[in-house]
Amino acid sequence: MTAPALDVVGLVKSYGGRRVVDELSLQVRPGTVLALLGPNGAGKTTTVEVCQGFRSPEAGTVRVLGLSPRDPALRPRIGVMPQAGGAYPGLRCGEMLHLVAAYAAHPLDPDDLLERLGLQEVARTAYRRLSGGQQQRLSLALAVVGRPELVFLDEPTAGLDPQARHATWELVEALRADGVTTVLTTHLLDEAERLADNVVVVDHGRVVAAGTVQELTSRGSTGQLRFASTPGLDVDQLLTALPPGCAAKESPAGQYLVEGPHGAAIDPQVLATVTAWCATHDAMAADLRIESRSLEDVFLELTGRGLRP
Amino acid sequence: MTAWAPGALAPRPGAAPLPRMLAAQTVAELKLVLRNGEQVLISLVIPLGLLVVLITVPFIAVDGPRADFFVPGVLALAVMSTAFTGQAIGVGFERQYGVLKRLGATPLPRSVLLLAKTLAVLAVELLQVALLSAVGLALGWDPRGNVLAVAALVVLGTAAFSGLGLLLGGTMRGLTVLAAANLLWFVLLVLGGVVFPISAFGAAEPVLALLPTAALSSGLRDVLVDGVGLPLQSLVVLVVWAVLSLGAASRLFRWE
Repeated sequence: MTAPALDVVGLVKSYGGRRVVDELSLQVRPGTVLALLGPNGAGKTTTVEVCQGFRSPEAGTVRVLGLSPRDPALRPRIGVMPQAGGAYPGLRCGEMLHLVAAYAAHPLDPDDLLERLGLQEVARTAYRRLSGGQQQRLSLALAVVGRPELVFLDEPTAGLDPQARHATWELVEALRADGVTTVLTTHLLDEAERLADNVVVVDHGRVVAAGTVQELTSRGSTGQLRFASTPGLDVDQLLTALPPGCAAKESPAGQYLVEGPHGAAIDPQVLATVTAWCATHDAMAADLRIESRSLEDVFLELTGRGLRP
Repeated sequence: MTAWAPGALAPRPGAAPLPRMLAAQTVAELKLVLRNGEQVLISLVIPLGLLVVLITVPFIAVDGPRADFFVPGVLALAVMSTAFTGQAIGVGFERQYGVLKRLGATPLPRSVLLLAKTLAVLAVELLQVALLSAVGLALGWDPRGNVLAVAALVVLGTAAFSGLGLLLGGTMRGLTVLAAANLLWFVLLVLGGVVFPISAFGAAEPVLALLPTAALSSGLRDVLVDGVGLPLQSLVVLVVWAVLSLGAASRLFRWE
């Protein structure tokens, strides 16, 4: 297996005696997208800032592209999009991007990047006069203009409109296709579901779950099958046809719910029985889906529903 | 919007050559100073206005020709305004806006960043010296002395004030820096021999002479009015300030 692009082992960081990162470990394979999820104050940003070299770890080891986070040789190889700010208020949008491009040996064409992120109209507008969404997009452009191997994006789509969110997502997908590794912190579970190869859920400074989106959402699946059909079909007849231990009901009218045997997952047998039963009644089963949990369900199960400070 | 062509974003990392970074950063720093209304006010408008008023309106009595006394004082003020007040406020807000932090994650070395700031300060000072000298000469200024001694004083004064500016701007919050830098600017303007000789403060004079502004203004007067070749006391005071302030700044400066 190739060396991880990012390797964090047993990271500890405290502020004022409180551990905000507590023995956290994670690995990111080169060319993949990792989503770091967690409630506010879970330790995501602190973890990422240690990886970026802004903070020193109290304990544990961090290797970024095989180097120490403080190694100057790392700087050209990574791109950083902080949560907010990070540009001269008095420079114009285009000037700021050209400036950071001038730090790189082989930068992307700044004007092309501005156009792709919908910033060409405001290229001559001072940074401080840009809208929040425009500042976010410029910040993303600043992170990638130097053609890095690894980019850290801290809540890249916070406050963006749907068009800008999709432009951001397309950029992350294009980065991934070109072999760039991405570490993404986000609150947006649909963003993680769409973009991430792997998800790490962090709470109270610890990893509470890690895996692919599919692994996380299928774990402990409750096994429900839902479909819509003609109201008033004979549910009792379906029950006798189903394997023992299954449950079936119609609620509300025309909406049917079947549960797997003794709460187990829906198997091909159950599915075949349901469609055959529909056929005997000359009814279509529409909108048929086998329920799996969303990443949001998993997230709330893992981190609780209590509001965070 | 067209889709990204495959390979368009393929990694190709590398730092630009240092001279290219330095040139780009220096141009950016200069733009930032010259576009900032407050910095232009404090570096150019106020010193020029003050010079004209002090020379033409005789409300402060001085020995000898008025222009000969006030031009060196206002030159010292101009150096202080740019190297100390302007830099402190600039750096304070750059820290607050997270700019310096973001630049810390780019290939730009900090030494190049600081060198670019220094070059921008020196460029603004050249502009100030040119404008103030032209106005002074038009109002009867008759300078004497060695231009190299003037250059040495200005460079050492710039080093001392830059150190103080980076120390203030690099350790406090943006608004605190703004208030403190403007207050100190005014205090040093009054007590630093810019508008009246520090001898006007009587017994306090030996202490005030140790202020960097006083050292610079009296050193410039020694050279430009009296033709002194090497204003030793001023140079020593400025060197001590430069060493102390740059040393403290390099220890205490916080990038975010």
